[in-house]
Amino acid sequence: MIEVKGLTKYYGELAAIHDLNFSIGRGEVIGFLGLNGAGKTTALKILGCVLLPTAGEVTVDGIDIARDPHAVRRRIGFLPDTPPLYNEMTVGRYLAFAAELRGVPAAEAPRAVADAEDKTATREVHDQPISSLSHGYRQRVGVAQALVHQPKLLILDEPTSGLDPVQIVEMRATIRALRGEHTILLSSHILSEISQTCDRLLVIQRGEIVAQGSEQQLATQLGGGGTIEVEVAAPAARAIEIARTVTGIGAGTVVREADGIALVSLEGSPDLRPKVARALVQNGIDLLRIDRGAARLESIFLKLTQDKDSPRNLPQ
Amino acid sequence: MNATFLIARRELGAYFRTMTGYVIAAILLLVDGLLFNVLALGGPDKLSAEVLSQFFFTTSGLAIIAGIFLSMRLLAEERQTGTLVLLTSSPVRDSEIVIGKFLSAFVFLALVIAATIYMPLLVMVNGKVSFGHLFAGYLGLLLIGGAGVAIGTFGSALARTQVLSVIISASIALAMTLAWMMGKVTEHPLNDVFVALALHGRHFPPFQAGSIHVRDVVYYLMVIYIALFGAIRVLEARRWR
Repeated sequence: MIEVKGLTKYYGELAAIHDLNFSIGRGEVIGFLGLNGAGKTTALKILGCVLLPTAGEVTVDGIDIARDPHAVRRRIGFLPDTPPLYNEMTVGRYLAFAAELRGVPAAEAPRAVADAEDKTATREVHDQPISSLSHGYRQRVGVAQALVHQPKLLILDEPTSGLDPVQIVEMRATIRALRGEHTILLSSHILSEISQTCDRLLVIQRGEIVAQGSEQQLATQLGGGGTIEVEVAAPAARAIEIARTVTGIGAGTVVREADGIALVSLEGSPDLRPKVARALVQNGIDLLRIDRGAARLESIFLKLTQDKDSPRNLPQ
Repeated sequence: MNATFLIARRELGAYFRTMTGYVIAAILLLVDGLLFNVLALGGPDKLSAEVLSQFFFTTSGLAIIAGIFLSMRLLAEERQTGTLVLLTSSPVRDSEIVIGKFLSAFVFLALVIAATIYMPLLVMVNGKVSFGHLFAGYLGLLLIGGAGVAIGTFGSALARTQVLSVIISASIALAMTLAWMMGKVTEHPLNDVFVALALHGRHFPPFQAGSIHVRDVVYYLMVIYIALFGAIRVLEARRWR
């Protein structure tokens, strides 16, 4: 669906993105992950045909964006970081305008609008002026305008930014419901969100892709198989000592220790949990809880964005 | 062409749904009415044609100013609020965006100018007004107002904020108007160039007096064309940064 080769964009002397290479298959849901200023928005704007690249080649559905931007724009729906909403219009009129702008015939526009409203749960605000909408609705109307003309490719720049936890869950469900019908490319700096909605992650830093793959693949490559969290009613040092007798368990760190209860994080595959539990119990340690390490993606992300020498383009 | 119409229709709707359009229309009509009473009707007794000529003179200046203020929001506001992306990410040419927006402001200005018709009608009550004179005057107002809107659209394409947009467009319009005075203090043949470029001094008075010359019509159409061409180019260039 998308082929990107050597994509580079300079703002004056500053390279916002440098030599990006990746490809995205039809129907995939891809997450662009990176800190603010990493180059996500620039890359998405180029894919959305809003900005022209300094160098490199981008094809969408086999069409070069520099040669025939109109044909590409008809195939994509783009939600920029701030939804492009006309405050004085009602939701229905606004969506009809967006649909006709992308070539939906006026007679079919009401149907297209109704479809988009159903998919994004915005039917009940159809007649409301956009200026009166809450932030969550604004964001959803933004998604609705991106998909009102049934594009093959949806590009969503930080679709959950500024939403409250309930709205984030709703937005996630909305995006998940769209999978299959569209190829989706979304960006975020919120890690948990992106790992839950996407098939594959592209981690971008200082304008370059530093890693790509599924959460599991990234974890295996970088975290040596993840971590295990253990809570015991015993001294932490003793618990770590016993756990490390299990083959495959690496270093252990004390997360917290108070009132005789210790929380310990062990490096090792979560598959080793039964063995660790058995070892601890057999050695007379009271096991309160054992779990796969939380915040795994955060640690991967930090590792990737802090290590300059991190491996690039992990095998998929 | 379809996209141009679509954009023009939406923009025109925006003038009617927000305060800006009404405020500018109200100010133009108020000031024009006052000037009509003071300058055109006041003073010693005049012929109807003179009153009408004075009316077209004051209205033409207001039409330029209103055109600049009406068009300040066209592109600058969209860039400020981030809505321009909706248009630039759609399969629409930059020329269609600019022309659509120009048309919306122009049609709104034309409606406001049409609303000034009550003043010539008042002259008719006690005097004699020829329809040819009226037609020529209003054609001139539309052309000079269109030039104001086009210059405003160009300023709006350049500026990041609406205030800056007005400052840029007003400076251009003022410089073009003052070219008339430059023509008076410069030597031949430079003075002819300045006079021919002037936005008002040479090209509007014939309309005001009730005569239509092709060269004046062409002049205003050229101003509109060049300003819009510039605006389109600015918009295209923005895609590079």
